[in-house]
Amino acid sequence: MKTRVVAGIVVLANVVGNFCLSSGLRHRNLVTAGSPAAWLEALTSPWVFLGVAVLAFWMLSRLALLSWADLSWVVPVTAVGYVLNALAGRVFLGEQISLARWGGILLITAGVLLVRTTAIRTTQPERPREKRR
Amino acid sequence: MNWLLVGIVALSASLGDALQTLGMKLHGEIHDFRPRALGRVLGRLVRNWHLGLSLVLLGVSFGAFLLLLSVADLSFAVPATAVEYISTTLLARYLLGEKVNWRRWAGAALVACGVALLAL
Repeated sequence: MKTRVVAGIVVLANVVGNFCLSSGLRHRNLVTAGSPAAWLEALTSPWVFLGVAVLAFWMLSRLALLSWADLSWVVPVTAVGYVLNALAGRVFLGEQISLARWGGILLITAGVLLVRTTAIRTTQPERPREKRR
Repeated sequence: MNWLLVGIVALSASLGDALQTLGMKLHGEIHDFRPRALGRVLGRLVRNWHLGLSLVLLGVSFGAFLLLLSVADLSFAVPATAVEYISTTLLARYLLGEKVNWRRWAGAALVACGVALLAL
């Protein structure tokens, strides 16, 4: 139960964070524009700011999840975020999804479902060390 | 050159993830999710060298990825770095001692292929 909730938070924070960044940065083309003013304007946009904050939260929630779950469980399972990212791009940003991308979405979903059937933790917890004062 | 950069991207990201996991496992399972308790956890984590080093490695990975993007197409860079899913599973198996059964291997491989397709 705890794992489901925290894993769900990890995935959602990743999707929302990336979505915010994308909303703030798309169509700015910083690679060719390259002027410092354009960079400054992009990086101070509220969407980018929000995106960075949400991604910081994402990293912390992922650390919490890794305090009990296997890395080889967390990494494939949270890849479902790719699928949600792609769908969010289509629904909210009007991006097109090609046939190859639909294939990728299908493979990732299958992989996530497969890994979800395995045990969340396969290592022994460390023996509790002497209590800190 | 491109593949060397792909290797650095994938390997340093996987090593960073493995160190993060090690650091968190040494810290112990988080049970208490009240804000005050989480604050105390955060206070302990900033002094955890595993996590510090993992941030350095993730930084190296990101830097190498930017370098890769400057010499290769995005449509090469993103699918190639999907190999991360395999290298992370390998490190989890051999460095962290996690038991990776065939379903987990197959799942990681499917995800890696899917990510590669997504970027085409």
